[in-house]
Amino acid sequence: MSRLDVDVTVVRGSFELDVSLEVASGDVVAVLGSNGTGKSTLLGALAGLHRPTRGEIVLGGRTLTSPTVAIPVHRRHVGLLSQQALLFPHLSALDNVAFGPRSTGAGRRVARATAERWLAEVDATELAGRRPAQLSGGQAQRVAIARALACEPELLLLDEPFAALDVDATPAVRSLLRRVVRATGVTTLMVTHDVLDAVVLADRIVVLDAGRIVESGTTTEVLTRPRSAFAARIAGLDLVPGRSSADGLVTGEGTVVAGTHPEPVDDGERAVALFAPASVAVFRDKPDGSPRTTLPVRLAAMEPHGELVRLRAATVDGGPGWVDGLAADVTPAAVAELGVEPGDQVWFAVKAAEVTVHPAGR
Amino acid sequence: MSGVPRVLWVPAALAWLLVAVPVAGLIVRVDLSNFFGLVTSPAALAALWLSLKTGLATMVCCLVLGGPLAIVLARSHLPGLPFIRSVVLLPLVLPPVVGGLTLLFLLGRTGPVGGFLYDRFDITVPFSTTAVVLAQTFVAMPFLVVSLEGSLRTAGERYEAVAATLGASPVTTLWRVTVPVVLPGLLSGSVLAFARALGEFGATITFAGSLQGTTRTLPLLIYLQSQDDIDGAVAMSLVLVVIAIVVIVVSRTRDLR
Repeated sequence: MSRLDVDVTVVRGSFELDVSLEVASGDVVAVLGSNGTGKSTLLGALAGLHRPTRGEIVLGGRTLTSPTVAIPVHRRHVGLLSQQALLFPHLSALDNVAFGPRSTGAGRRVARATAERWLAEVDATELAGRRPAQLSGGQAQRVAIARALACEPELLLLDEPFAALDVDATPAVRSLLRRVVRATGVTTLMVTHDVLDAVVLADRIVVLDAGRIVESGTTTEVLTRPRSAFAARIAGLDLVPGRSSADGLVTGEGTVVAGTHPEPVDDGERAVALFAPASVAVFRDKPDGSPRTTLPVRLAAMEPHGELVRLRAATVDGGPGWVDGLAADVTPAAVAELGVEPGDQVWFAVKAAEVTVHPAGR
Repeated sequence: MSGVPRVLWVPAALAWLLVAVPVAGLIVRVDLSNFFGLVTSPAALAALWLSLKTGLATMVCCLVLGGPLAIVLARSHLPGLPFIRSVVLLPLVLPPVVGGLTLLFLLGRTGPVGGFLYDRFDITVPFSTTAVVLAQTFVAMPFLVVSLEGSLRTAGERYEAVAATLGASPVTTLWRVTVPVVLPGLLSGSVLAFARALGEFGATITFAGSLQGTTRTLPLLIYLQSQDDIDGAVAMSLVLVVIAIVVIVVSRTRDLR
């Protein structure tokens, strides 16, 4: 268990990354940002590819990188899981996982036992004898997870770990990664542009823009109440925290948000319900009929959002706090027809089919 | 084959025939009744044995020296890398006789290095079996380097980067990742270098001469015999053709797998 402290300036050509962030021991932090915002430069600095011009990166009390120090990659104890599994093509799945322990001095038998244990951990025991060419993308990524963790890294870097997987394979691998990362308690820094990855895996989110951290906070804070326009744009989703239930999700005070579970979640497990603001319908009076979740909200703000109008919700008196910040995108015609203005009480409604429920960080 | 323009068929056939017909003609020309006797004469056996021995030694030299060179060319960021690479390729375009002469000037008794070796250690390099191996290595090295550098570039550095994050030192990574990943290229490069060494003539005769059992390899013997005993030369040539075919088959089947 190691704490990570990053406070560096890294210059690459005309681009400058200047960040200061801490990851508490055992925490999972997601670094969000679109392309060219400095995510890969940050990863490169952590992995030892780029040397900073100022500051240092300290992991568990060891300085990994500074303008005068550069610990070689193989002595950093920093594991990396990237888009491609990159399993060594000449080794079986088991030998791939055993590679790290072998390289760091473990005997053949010990390394093999360690590898078997980790393959079991990622439900891949039956794949042990297979060559990487005989594995599907999801299987290969599971083996790669086992391989990265078998070295017992002090820091695990995740570089868009699901970006190259089939849409169908992603949920299972993501919840598996969540399980093993939680079980090992490894300090983790994940770079992603997919909000869902952050929701499922991360405790905290850091948003990068143009080489600077523009926002940071707990996953729920950043995604529901984005303070920067940039975070709002990349988040762009409505998010309701609660616990998973058979019908979808139950919030702290007992509201049921009906939805589907794309990945396995146990009832009662911490979860979030996600839906797109465009799928929210807005009514003056409580609607009824088809299976949907209806929430009484106070209209906080109305702002243009592309061709639509974004309606922001705030808590009604005595109502639950989590509705604060929920968004609904409706057409200007619908707004005119509703005839509402900020301060009015309205109903947000969303169909069960539009809502997905995912296991959540913490 | 529907995509091949008809106009290409004629030159393609001519190209193939240009290689195939002379070889077939050689096979037809072989005097089968005396074939066994011709290829097992003491001179022939000595040359065959010397060719195989020096060919293998050349292959090992190319691996030990050319392997690291290919890795440096593919992986390092030395300034002047294009210059270094073009020097390595020089023997491919240089007439082998010229290669032999350069070696002779360098390593002959009056040459800068050869003179030093002779004065200090009483070592004479030219006209020895060592000279044969040196001459063959000179001409065969680019085959291994080019083939291996290509494999290294195709494989990329991704696997090596992963190995480092798994705690493998650069040396461990070399043996457990780089070498196994480029093994097919390494094998075909070695086979090509061996084949090139087996056919070496110009550099060898210039730098090593033609002494039976010491420096007279099969191509040298074939050339010598073609002057007076054409049947012997043809029989020996067939032996080389067979070896060449075996080499091609071995390296091709590896490619196909």
